Amino acid sequence: MTQDLHALARMLMELDDQMVACMKCGMCQAVCPVFAETMREADVARGKIALLENLAHEMIRDPQGVQEKLNLCLLCGSCAANCPSGVKVLDIFLKARVIVNTYLGLPPAKKAIFRGLLTKPALFNSLLDLASKFQGLFTKPASEVIGSSCARIQAPIIGERHFMPLAKKPLRKIVPSLSTRPGKSGYRVALFPGCVVDKIFPNVGQAALKVLQHHEVGVYLPAGQGCCGIPALSSGDKDSFDQLVLHNLELFEKEHFDYLLTPCATCSATIHEIWPLMSGDKKESLRDRIQAIASRTMDIGQFLVDVLRVAAPAAGTGVRVTYHDPCHLKKSLKVSEQPRALLRSNPRVEFVEMADADRCCGCGGSFNLQHYDLSKEIGTQKRNAIVAAKADVVATGCPACMLQIADMLSQHGDRVAVKHFIEIYAEAL
Amino acid sequence: MISSSLLAAFQTLLGKENVLDSEADRHSYAYDAAVLDPVVPELVLRPTTSEQLGKTVALCYENDLPITVRGAGTNLSGGTIPSKEKGVVILTNSLNKIVEINEQDLYAVVEPGVVTAKFAAEVAKRGLFYPPDPGSQAVSTLGGNVAENAGGLRGLKYGVTKDYVMGVNFWNTQGEYVKSGGRTVKCVTGLNISQLMVGSEGTLGVFDQIILKLVPPPVASKAMLAEFDNIDGASQTVAAIIANKIVPCTLELLDNATIKYVDDFTKAGLPRDAAAILLIEVDGGHAALVEDDAAKVLAICKQEGARRVVLAKDAAEKNKLWEARRNALPALARARPTTVLEDATVPRSQIPAMIRAINQIAAKYRLQIGTFGHAGDGNLHPTILTDRRDKEEFHRVEQAVDEIFDVALSLGGTLSGEHGIGLAKAKWLEKETTRATILYSRTIKKAVDPKYLLNPGKVIGG
Repeated sequence: MTQDLHALARMLMELDDQMVACMKCGMCQAVCPVFAETMREADVARGKIALLENLAHEMIRDPQGVQEKLNLCLLCGSCAANCPSGVKVLDIFLKARVIVNTYLGLPPAKKAIFRGLLTKPALFNSLLDLASKFQGLFTKPASEVIGSSCARIQAPIIGERHFMPLAKKPLRKIVPSLSTRPGKSGYRVALFPGCVVDKIFPNVGQAALKVLQHHEVGVYLPAGQGCCGIPALSSGDKDSFDQLVLHNLELFEKEHFDYLLTPCATCSATIHEIWPLMSGDKKESLRDRIQAIASRTMDIGQFLVDVLRVAAPAAGTGVRVTYHDPCHLKKSLKVSEQPRALLRSNPRVEFVEMADADRCCGCGGSFNLQHYDLSKEIGTQKRNAIVAAKADVVATGCPACMLQIADMLSQHGDRVAVKHFIEIYAEAL
Repeated sequence: MISSSLLAAFQTLLGKENVLDSEADRHSYAYDAAVLDPVVPELVLRPTTSEQLGKTVALCYENDLPITVRGAGTNLSGGTIPSKEKGVVILTNSLNKIVEINEQDLYAVVEPGVVTAKFAAEVAKRGLFYPPDPGSQAVSTLGGNVAENAGGLRGLKYGVTKDYVMGVNFWNTQGEYVKSGGRTVKCVTGLNISQLMVGSEGTLGVFDQIILKLVPPPVASKAMLAEFDNIDGASQTVAAIIANKIVPCTLELLDNATIKYVDDFTKAGLPRDAAAILLIEVDGGHAALVEDDAAKVLAICKQEGARRVVLAKDAAEKNKLWEARRNALPALARARPTTVLEDATVPRSQIPAMIRAINQIAAKYRLQIGTFGHAGDGNLHPTILTDRRDKEEFHRVEQAVDEIFDVALSLGGTLSGEHGIGLAKAKWLEKETTRATILYSRTIKKAVDPKYLLNPGKVIGG
């Protein structure tokens, strides 16, 4: 065992150069949503980095204890965005999760999901199609404004959640594939809708297509897209992540495009930042290919505002709309003004800011599944801010945030609709 | 090792969730923001009520467990690093209630775990002002601020934490409640124990409630930035401003090295050849008066040889002027892996001599040092950029730090303006004071803490 720990320590020492930059000032405590709830030092970036350092220096004997702490993190990047010494916290945590997971092994349930399902998009999709047909048997509608459901009978996975049901018809059934030429705009983009848009919010994908068509942007939407890989990677499963990257890379390399767009903040950040970050162990030629796609990947709102320069401000009245900044858009990609500009350009929208619009909603992907109570406490604060803003609609740029916010609002019986900003922009066209 | 029966006693007292004894939890309370080796505590305890806090202290004391009280753990001198033998950390972050903000009598009562910036914001909501603004205020706790006598950017005009402490109620080692000070402006009842508690770094008692003074806020402010070709010009400007009976609320200085690091980091087009930048802000209760002061300060800057002065016209411009100062630490911290942030302080007239000495020391020990800080009160932050993993270089850092303190003391200054003595500077204390000072302090400590269990080894060693 000691011999093994030595090996683990050696692997973690690869992160030493990045970890040593943490000067332990503790400023991450001000912004960490998990720490705000638990107030335990091991839950904030400084504490986690100290644990990893001590594990790397063989001062800690229980790697499992460190892994538990490492997993209690939304990977929202609030700490990194607020770090005075610019520590690349997400890089460290993602790589550490891979290292610790490689050492301790993947839990069987995750192994089954990632290796057996997620990496096989065709199988994954057909299974969910089947589930979409039967979901009504176990669930019932919860909120008509939000469109959420809750459990009909006691079901351990659903618990008390108010979740968005699987779409009757996923996006890939509505628009299986697309390859159009650019019109007046002169641009051609590839569209990566992402799993949640495809399976739960196909309307977001349709709105994105409508907007692109309206602005005469050529679209390449290949069939058979896989997950961006972040659920596997954040659980430390680099093999599944690598498979998904390669699968998508080969698919998108088939045609030419100027930008790869997604309406999902998490997918954008993953492809733009995490794909190259995790490609260090690949051959140079593959690294270059990954970089070529990553550097052209951006959020759809960013493309519309920064590249096409649409969205002239209109002093709108009517529906009160507020905006929640997804962490992966604002903190990872520094995109926060563009979605607001799109919302403000709709003449039927009265835009209002909520307090702490860039505070994490508490979803954090699988964090929500593993630590639902904590996720709910953090999400309730977001719900309170939305309600305090007296908004009719809360818009955001990430379908994962949409799921979490819908759950929180629906459980409180709030009549606030949850939409993607692209839907609201599309409505005005 | 702590016995299982004692552990059970703590669990009964505080609830299982507030007794942290796992390896991972303990390792995350082994350090603070000082560049020192971590010490892993045996146990971490988190009382959630005042009563629990008192009982926790008594139970630790009875069982000979050395106590280190911890707020946000932002200390820069190792004051919150636990003791080596059987060290116990008591967390205050669940004792975070603002008990009272009294708008008639201008005071507030707080628990020790209240975060400084949150408190200042609550006070501001009621149209009042709590001025102490240490750099870590977004996370630091008021208990920690009082225990360290924290300073900040507003020290010159508004004073530091000690100037706002009206009373401190605390638990002694027996778990008995000691009250000191009060809610009135005038209060001479008993020994002035409150001020003894200020800056005591957890060595004399465990704070339970703190009474803080509040003041009316300024209604107007005006900021300007002045560039100088030599550090003496900047220093003479500071002296001339004060000689003209103007006390700015902020008088911040960035030296040439810091200017270059900030410019590298922000690409904001700062004057890389300037010897120093002064960021000056005046404020007051009347807009016309502030305008007047700003005009006078502007004239003084030019008269003392500032090569360029920029006056902010509005809030947005003011914010822009502040950017260089705000980015000083982030820029320096990014340059090398380890950042050693010192706070040697000299009488303000000695700032040029101090900065010259720091630059000589940097050259002598082949180190990168950027200096910025509070020029109005002489509190400088020579910031040494290094890599603690490089043993040879870090040895030179230690020698440089020794020498910086020697120079500061020789110029009539002090070891620490605001970071505290803690573990990091305890060995130099005698140099600034006398042997008798230390023995006198230890006698006081021994009288109130005969077993030497309240944050032992900090400040006065022993």
